[in-house]
Amino acid sequence: MAPLSIIVTVKQVPDTNEVRIDPKTNSLMREGIPSILNPEDANAVEAALRLRDEHGGSVTAITMGPPQAEAVLEEVLCLGVDRAVLLSDRAFAGSDTLLTAFTLSRAVLKMKKFDLILCGRQAIDGDTAQVGPQLAAFLGIPQVTYAEEIVFSEGLFRIQRGLEHTRELVAARPPLLVTVSASGPVPRHGSLYALAAACSGEHIKRWGARELALPPSMLGLGASPTAVKKIFEPDRSVKGEAFEGSEKEMAAQLIVRLRETGCL
Amino acid sequence: MDFSFTRAQVLARDMARSFAQAELAPYAQQWDEQARFPAEAIAKMGPLGFMGMCIPREYGGSALDGVSYVLVIEELASVCASTAIIVSVHNSVGAYPIYLMGSDEQKTKYLPDLATGRKLGAFALTEPNVGSDPASIETSARSDGGFFILNGTKTFITSAGTSDTVIVMASTDRAQRGRGISAFIVEKSFPGITVGTHENKLGIRASDTCELIFENCRVPRANLLGPEGAGLRAALNALGFGRVGVAAQAIGVARCAMEAAVHYSRERNQFGKPIGSFQAIQWMIADMATEIEAARLLTLRAAKLKDEGRPFATEGSMAKLFASETAMRTATKAVQIHGGYGCMKDYVVERCFRDAKVIEIYEGTSEIQRLIISGSVIKK
Repeated sequence: MAPLSIIVTVKQVPDTNEVRIDPKTNSLMREGIPSILNPEDANAVEAALRLRDEHGGSVTAITMGPPQAEAVLEEVLCLGVDRAVLLSDRAFAGSDTLLTAFTLSRAVLKMKKFDLILCGRQAIDGDTAQVGPQLAAFLGIPQVTYAEEIVFSEGLFRIQRGLEHTRELVAARPPLLVTVSASGPVPRHGSLYALAAACSGEHIKRWGARELALPPSMLGLGASPTAVKKIFEPDRSVKGEAFEGSEKEMAAQLIVRLRETGCL
Repeated sequence: MDFSFTRAQVLARDMARSFAQAELAPYAQQWDEQARFPAEAIAKMGPLGFMGMCIPREYGGSALDGVSYVLVIEELASVCASTAIIVSVHNSVGAYPIYLMGSDEQKTKYLPDLATGRKLGAFALTEPNVGSDPASIETSARSDGGFFILNGTKTFITSAGTSDTVIVMASTDRAQRGRGISAFIVEKSFPGITVGTHENKLGIRASDTCELIFENCRVPRANLLGPEGAGLRAALNALGFGRVGVAAQAIGVARCAMEAAVHYSRERNQFGKPIGSFQAIQWMIADMATEIEAARLLTLRAAKLKDEGRPFATEGSMAKLFASETAMRTATKAVQIHGGYGCMKDYVVERCFRDAKVIEIYEGTSEIQRLIISGSVIKK
């Protein structure tokens, strides 16, 4: 069996457990917030590593972001990824999901043949879940989303999708793109053995707009068809209501309230 | 002067933090209560490089620098001080002396298993009658053809029950006192070794601390570590580095206590507001934060000196002294801030308090550190 060539997309995101929204500017207050590897990307990396460990081949991680996004590449190299590519250019600033997916697609085309692209289902900063599917569309390959388990045998990927109340088993031939959810394989721990090589810079390539030969019409904020208009924290406050009286009376009041609010 | 970490140092710290959160945090309290050795966690750490941090690649180690080592130990200790000392003892005094002083055969034979965590190392100096004055150890090693015959009792030995190899200090020439002490690599499977009492301790309870009894234990001459009579110097060198790890462990415990105190002072309301809004509490927390920062700088400096190949014994003692006493002061204040709850096993500060007391004592008491430091200052 031929070894698998796997690409996994990763994103550096602010740790949203720590993020607050500035009520005046409606923007994320990122100052002093630690950056982390997007959690579902870690599941995607783990899925990639397991397939490689079983079938041989290689895993290449790719990220798009500012120069400091290299940190997540070093992190996944410590998990066992073979090599990594950083897509970074001032001209990429302000890219929306469509342009991000387009840029990623150009980078994928620049690489050699691949069998599988794995992406995290979505990133915790934007929660769009758009980049993976858009990347598949730009590359003209099939996509399978919400994967929990991926096995490869006899030239076929068998993917278990986790849907709201059901599981769906999909079979697909390579090349294809799969997005992995948090119910996917649990990420392994990073290894101190991999540290020196990961931080040597030898396993990370850096590509900008020029290396990818991107047309100006497909670059950055100006070319992005979507823009974030407003970010706000929804009012989630819930008020309780206490009833008084005998058990029977309270039950009667409860039924009235449930009817009024359309619950019954 | 550069106070920033390299990327590799930051990553080593982050990996240790995430390992500790996933593999130690859920069990640390239970291990402490049951005095249970964290065998599963230790087994997972070997393949990840945590058991060979100070050993070069060629012998199976992960070859971290001293600064990374200190950062890793702090992270482990901030969640489970027992695991931190098992790892620290194994690395600094269980394996490192073999790398420092061992022959090529000894390194090839013992280091790959130790550095990858397949085997666990221990270090035996302390005896029932000999603690701070190691020159007067009573365990004897008598030369007998191709062997040394060891007799005596070692006490309070970290990982004595679970370890596979122990570096044992024994006197080959009592008349020479300190200069008559030799170091031996002793395999636990050698005939004549018994593991004695498993100590039921105040703190660091998940670490396996026992007595080791040698009764005509035959150790091959090939297992003499370094020249005959050079054992005490070897021991003191190893402990010098061990102290830096223990200082890092103390910082972890102090940080754990402080984080718990900060969290509690935000949540706990008295007189209609969080207790953290009272100056009495604020000042305690300010002192904790300041002392922890100072202890960390002392410890990192000792580690950095080691990385540069410069002497660090005095700085290591300063770090150990200040960090362990910082841990005790911080844990004491953290219990105080928690009030009655701080005395309950449900709150982590109770464990920090007990662990901190032990750290002030082992790997050289505060008094011995002051002796070393004053000796070096007055000598100048």
